[in-house]
This record gives sequence, C-alpha cells and structure tokens, in this order.
Amino acid sequence: MAKSAKGHGEAGQSVAILELTNISKHFGAIQAVNDISLSLAAGEVIGLMGDNGAGKSTLVKMIAGNYRPSHGTMRMEDKELIMHKPVEARQHGIEIVHQDLALCNNLTAAANVFLGRELRLGLGPLKILDYAGMNKRAGQIFAELKSETRPRDLVKQMSGGQRQAVAIARTRLSNAKIVLMDEPTAAISVRQVAEVLNLIRLLRDQGIAVVLISHRMPDVFAVADRIIVLRRGRKVADKKIAKTSPEEVTGLITGAIEQASS
Amino acid sequence: MAKTIEQKQRSWLSEKLSSQTFWVFIAVVVAFIYLSFATDSFATSKNLYNITRNVTFVAIIALGMTLVIITGGIDLSVGSVLVLCSMVLGVTMHAGYGIEVGIAAAIATSLLVGLVHGILIAYVGMPPFVVTLGMLSIARSLAMVASGNTVVFQFGPDHDLLLALGGGAWFFGIANPVLYMIVLALITGFVLRWTRFGRYVYAIGGNEHAARLTGVPVRPIKVAVYMISSLSAGIAGIIQTGWLGAITTNIGTGLELQVIAAAVIGGAALSGGVGTATGALIGAALIEIIRNSLGLLGINAFWQGCFIGGAILLAVSFERVRNFRQNDE
Repeated sequence: MAKSAKGHGEAGQSVAILELTNISKHFGAIQAVNDISLSLAAGEVIGLMGDNGAGKSTLVKMIAGNYRPSHGTMRMEDKELIMHKPVEARQHGIEIVHQDLALCNNLTAAANVFLGRELRLGLGPLKILDYAGMNKRAGQIFAELKSETRPRDLVKQMSGGQRQAVAIARTRLSNAKIVLMDEPTAAISVRQVAEVLNLIRLLRDQGIAVVLISHRMPDVFAVADRIIVLRRGRKVADKKIAKTSPEEVTGLITGAIEQASS
Repeated sequence: MAKTIEQKQRSWLSEKLSSQTFWVFIAVVVAFIYLSFATDSFATSKNLYNITRNVTFVAIIALGMTLVIITGGIDLSVGSVLVLCSMVLGVTMHAGYGIEVGIAAAIATSLLVGLVHGILIAYVGMPPFVVTLGMLSIARSLAMVASGNTVVFQFGPDHDLLLALGGGAWFFGIANPVLYMIVLALITGFVLRWTRFGRYVYAIGGNEHAARLTGVPVRPIKVAVYMISSLSAGIAGIIQTGWLGAITTNIGTGLELQVIAAAVIGGAALSGGVGTATGALIGAALIEIIRNSLGLLGINAFWQGCFIGGAILLAVSFERVRNFRQNDE
C-alpha cells in the first residue's frame, strides 16, 4: 500500500525493529503461545487478531515486559531483548496503551500523561512538580496529535476519543519506537473511532511501529499494513493487508480455514 | 485576551462554587456570625481560645486521615493510637527520662503502628477497614498494659516543659496547639499540591490499577500514607498530653468518628481521589463549632452525636449528588 511507503526503509525491504524467533509461553500445562516468529518494521502498522484466548494478550505482554518467554528469543534493533519488568520495556522504547487506558479520572490530562514520570523543578533540597512545564509539553503533544484535548482539563470530563489521545500522548513522551495498542476502538463511538485511527496513522508517519490488537475487522483493514492471526497460541496467518480479505481473516480466526495460503 | 481572562475567572468561580470545602467554609462563617449575636458567651476571647485549641487535635489527625482517605483507604485506629502514644510518652517520662526521649519513643511507636498497617494493607492485601479496626482494639489494650490502666500525671524532670509545650501560648497569645496545627497543615498542603508523592497519593485514589501500570510505586506510597496517619495521631497525642497534664486510658475513645467526619465534611471523598488539607481544617472547625454551640445554646450534650452524624451523612450525600450530575452529562 502506497500510504505506508514513507515509513519503511528505502531499499524496499523494510528493516526489522523487533524480531521474535520461535517464541513460546506456557503457564504450567497451558501452552498460551506456541512457537511464534514475527518481525516488525519501523513505520509499520500490524493488526494482531484472534479469538479470545488465542494468545494475543500473552504475546503482547511478553513484548511489553510483563512476562518472560518460556522459549525463543526477542531481538530489538539487532540486540537481544531481555526484560524483567514493564519499566524496562519503556526504557527500550516500547510503550503500551492499555485496553482500559489506565487513566486517573480525578487528575488533569497533563497529570495523566506524565503519571509515573513527572517533570520536577529543584527548590533547594526539595523537588517540586513542574506544573507549567508539564502542561506546556502535554499541550504540544496534543497539538501534534491534532487533538483538541486541553492539558488542564480533568480526564473525568472527557470523551472517549480525548481519553484515547491522553493515553496515546504518554507514548510520545519518550522516543517510543514501538507502540502496542490493546483494543483501542472497542468501546467508543464511530466518530471517535475515526479519531483514534487517525492517531495511529500519525504515529506510523513518524516512523513508529504500531501493533494493533483488535476484534474490529473494519478498523484493522483501515489502518494496518499487515495482519497477523493467532489461533490457539499459533500463528496461522501473516499477510499483507492487500493480499487478504475480511472473509479470509474471519475464517482463520474461527478455524474454518486452517492455515493461510501465503 | 480579555475573553480568556473572563473565562478563567468564570471557571475559577464555578470551581469554587462546586467545591464542598467552600460551602462548608461558608457554613462555618454563618454559624460564627449567628452565634456571636445569638449568645453572649460565644464571641468572647476565652471561648474563641477554647474553640481554636479544641479544634486542633481533631484537625491534626484529620490531616493524616485525609491522605489515607484520598488513597481510598480508611484508618479507624487513630483514637487508640493517640492514647497509646500518649501513654508511651507519659510512662517514659514518668520513669525519669527527658522529654526528647519521651517524644522520640512516642513518635517511634506511632510510626511502627503505621508501618504494620501499611504492610498488612499494601503487601498482604487485607482491607484497611479490618486492619485498622483490629489495631483500634490492640493499641488501646497496649496503652492499658503499658500504664497498668492507671492515670499518669507526673512526667519526671521535664514535667513543666511538657505542660508548656501543649498548654502554653508562646506566640501572640495563640495557643501552642494551634501553631502546630497551622504548621502541619501548611506542610500537608504543600506535599499534596507540589510533590510527586502527593501526586501519587491522588493517582492511587483515582485509579490504583492505572497507577500501578504507569509505574507508580503503589505499595510503598500506601505504607507511607498509613505511617503519616498514625504519626499525626501520635503528634496529637503528645500535644494533648501537654495540654491536659494527665493521661487516662480512655482518652481518644470515639475520636476516629470525629476525625473521619472532619475529613469528609471538608470534602475528602471516601471513594478516594479527592481531598485537601484546607478541607480537613475547615471540616474540623465546623464540628467543633457545632459541639461548642450546642452547649452555649443550652441544648443537651447528648444530642451532639446526632448533629455530628447528621453532618457526615449530609456531606456524603452531597458527594453522591455531585457524582450523579457528572454521570448525567
């Protein structure tokens, strides 16, 4: 697809930013993820689909540093990636937008964006919160995201789309290379879905790799470059969006089609 | 430009008008004016001195309680922790140690109690209600054990210093406890508004799960908050000992109700995420004025519980109404 060309490497073949090789994860006797390999390029949007229990969340949680793989290796920019805590994923430039967005309703948009990494000013031996600095930076990010969210507004008063913008703005604080999004369009109105899809395109245009977990076929087909389908912990499809169809993907998710023709 | 200033002022005003603390403050002022005219004895310097001093013990503990309530927790043990710390202070000083040792022992006791609360609540995962209810019983029992359930009224070599600390008025005739209250309120207000710790306290009350996901050290913060609550009870105990000049094992009984009432009336939400230091003081002031005025207006003191309980219910119902309105939008 032409629209995604500018984020890719120049030589046609894209450079992998994240490379998973033969990743497996089991919890006791339960094999949640089974021998999955995939690669992710800068500026690429991947739609990760599958039924409940197919292993999507487990896979994403390994990339986000919540779980360690039982087998297999993860490499990021050609270096082996070993993480013990979610904080380490963040340090490597992997950001996650949680399904419930992880927002505090009683705090302002700016406070939520900076939650856990507040800007502070030295005041003698004390360090105080830099309200002005955080509001200013959050305002800049919202402007970049073309969102009308105002930094000083309480999240409690915001629409679903604005809340998404706040959660996505967090990923712009650091120089994130990979953004994992868990069901960002599950519970919002049609107009707000369009807003969120635009946010995803904005991230992509800045060369960020986006992994979009979603049940909503139209949303995935609207923004993704490539689609990966999991079923019962295994990868059953990894195809360019142009080479597949919603019908085929549905068949792969339910098991009506065993394995994608490549 | 003029328009944005106007908007700013309007939002400032609407923010004030929708804040419970503001309306409770108005209630305090109205009650104050009414009582000044309705009774001869209210607006006398002696009565005002009494009110300001009495309000401090509840207010100081309400500051700590407010932090706990903001995180979505509760601390029912404060009355018992107050008597335990007073007793530790009294027994230590009675045994001939100086005031520094006595105060250090009392403060260490309060921090230890808070640490136990914090570990059981944040790490073991027990409900705050149950943990602090257990401590309510344990701490008072320990105070009885420490004193042999006697009255302590002799405080060794630093006896006079302790009494001056709590009962004196070293600064422009303002009772010392009032000064401590003001200093502690300023510190609490600063911490809540300007430090990362304060921000995390609000975040935990707003959405604990989100706070954890974004890397807020939820457990250590909770432990610290319960330690601060117990510490505030310990400090109030020390000051009250100096003021009363004697400790019995039944002081502070039922105090948790007044303290929680002060925090809630002052605008702290029991559902978490909302509360201020100013609110704690104003809430405590309203309760003390209710208490004081009932006596002056010749109403039987037995009614006191009804008025304080009614004020709590009213404050919490305001919170509910506000939430309904927001959900409707």
